[in-house]
Amino acid sequence: MTTTTVLNDAPTFDNRQDFADELIALARTNDRIVAVCNDSVGSSNLTKFRDEFPDRLINVGIAEQNMVGVGAGLANAGLIPFVCAAGPFLTGRSLEQIKADVAYSQHNVILCGMSPGMAYGELGPTHHSVEDFSWLRPLPGLDIVVPADGAQTRAAVRNAVADPRPTYIRVGRFKVPHVSEDNVGLERGKFVVAREGTDVTIIATGTEVSRALWAAASLASEGVSARVLNATYLSPLDEEAIKDAARQTGAIVTAEEANVAGGLGAAVASVVGQLEDGARVPMRILGLNHFAPTGSTAFLLDHFGLTADHITAAAREVLHRD
Amino acid sequence: MLTADASQAATWRSLRQEVLAGDADSRAVTLHERAQATRRSILKMITDAGQGHIGGDFSVTDILTVLFDAVMNVDPENPRQEDRDHFILSKGHCAAALYSTLAHSGFFPVSELDTFMAPLSALNGHPNRVKVPGVETNTGPLGHGLPVAVGTAIGAKLLNNGARVFVVTGDGEMQEGSNWEALMSASHQKLDNLTVVVDRNRLQQGARTEETNGLDPLDARLAAFGMEVRVVDGHNYNDLIDALRPSTTGSPVAVIANTIKGKGVSFIEDRVEWHHKVPSQEQTLQAFQELS
Ligand SMILES: Cc1ncc(C[n+]2csc(CCOP(=O)(O)OP(=O)(O)O)c2C)c(N)n1
Repeated sequence: MTTTTVLNDAPTFDNRQDFADELIALARTNDRIVAVCNDSVGSSNLTKFRDEFPDRLINVGIAEQNMVGVGAGLANAGLIPFVCAAGPFLTGRSLEQIKADVAYSQHNVILCGMSPGMAYGELGPTHHSVEDFSWLRPLPGLDIVVPADGAQTRAAVRNAVADPRPTYIRVGRFKVPHVSEDNVGLERGKFVVAREGTDVTIIATGTEVSRALWAAASLASEGVSARVLNATYLSPLDEEAIKDAARQTGAIVTAEEANVAGGLGAAVASVVGQLEDGARVPMRILGLNHFAPTGSTAFLLDHFGLTADHITAAAREVLHRD
Repeated sequence: MLTADASQAATWRSLRQEVLAGDADSRAVTLHERAQATRRSILKMITDAGQGHIGGDFSVTDILTVLFDAVMNVDPENPRQEDRDHFILSKGHCAAALYSTLAHSGFFPVSELDTFMAPLSALNGHPNRVKVPGVETNTGPLGHGLPVAVGTAIGAKLLNNGARVFVVTGDGEMQEGSNWEALMSASHQKLDNLTVVVDRNRLQQGARTEETNGLDPLDARLAAFGMEVRVVDGHNYNDLIDALRPSTTGSPVAVIANTIKGKGVSFIEDRVEWHHKVPSQEQTLQAFQELS
């Protein structure tokens, strides 16, 4: 039985470091790997990449639409472009380029949404990337990968190089504990079972995975057996894991650092809602539903009900044990 | 929504009269004192919050001071009056400079500046018009202010209310294509009530503009897009006032304000790392001295 344990005081890490290290390591043996950015060499952690491969870092300046178009052109020419920019500007500003030039054209561009979610805390909603799931999920042929820690971030980068295809990767900045082993792999389109359980399933993604595991541990102390699924891929969606969760555990809570209109919870609900009678289980969808007020990332995660305590409470509620 | 500070607004009103009535020399002295006070507020806000964009704040401070204290027709106690002159800070990351200029003009109490970026504060890292009087549109993603300014200028013309529209962009920000789309409509629509000020400090987030994605010849480019171009020292108060006078040709005006990023503090000036670095305690003391 799978049980991932994350201590409450476990050390935490910024995934951008693992992202950059893995990209550089791969670029040493694969000279088709290039990086594209928007005046974000530092914030995308590309300084070392630039120093080692000055010709392979294309900084187009503060011009995100051009940046994604240039990425598509590089892919068209035969390169493997990692297009890196703060999540909100990459996805929001260049959404039509992502739709037409990347997904619809099937150019193998790797879109790296840096510092996603509410990592930019006090810089406010303009700098939060919490609509990215809702904006990108409808685009056919675009993978959406949400690594929950450094090892999974490295795996996402390796997958993108081994099998280049239109992909969006969330590269987290808000520090999170490790929830997986070093050198872990990620299977395309599959959730990771982080903890087995039979009474309720918590499907969490990114920052919320460690919090879901803490919630599962505290539910266990109350005699509730919670399964935790780490939604590493939002597209393709692991419909089988969702159906199993509904049929086997009978209640589902989802948690994401994203807007609930069209995000992970909505994706899960659309699968659950179409199940046979008796399998359409109760759900709670945790996430954002308004523009964030001023505050740090940790403050805002609490504000939006995205702490382990909130997840625990939602599980109790969905089990009618509150 | 924050509300006006009547006594601060009254002080600002009399200061403005003094500025407009005085001769060039005394005007420059008064505006310099105002700008330095604004810079000191910015410094305190950023060191207290532990984050902010000090370099761009200091380069744009003199421009904001001249606009609010000597040029624009605004009423801090009636910030949404329809025929007001409009100001849009497109480089929204320099919110601290805007907040402190607005507070010093009475749009809201100066004491509110102490809440900059604190939990639930109205004063977010980027300006929010829903919460802060004097803010005309929410900026932060670069390349949004100028199109909104163009729409505002078209609207003022339709209403024939005489309002002028001022927008300040960063120079790195001019790499965004949306600005050039907006400039095309501005000149096509002959928006002689619009003034675009480019804070030409030659630095962006990670490097010099000319090393990243060069803008020069910026004057010729703006002229080719139909603007009446004026190039000015962005730290010379009287020259700025002159450059901000209405259009003389019927075309929209573009002011290239040559500035120094970090202006006013020796170790911050013209250094790329001070885009969003926060001064240490010791550096803060030195900065306060240099700004006094
Ligand atoms: C669309 C968008 N892309 C990227 C950023 C991140 N960013 C914030 S400030 C900045 C540099 C701005 O440079 P400039 O316009 O020259 O302003 P200044 O040097 O006066 O601060 C960047 C890239 C952003 N805010 N918006």
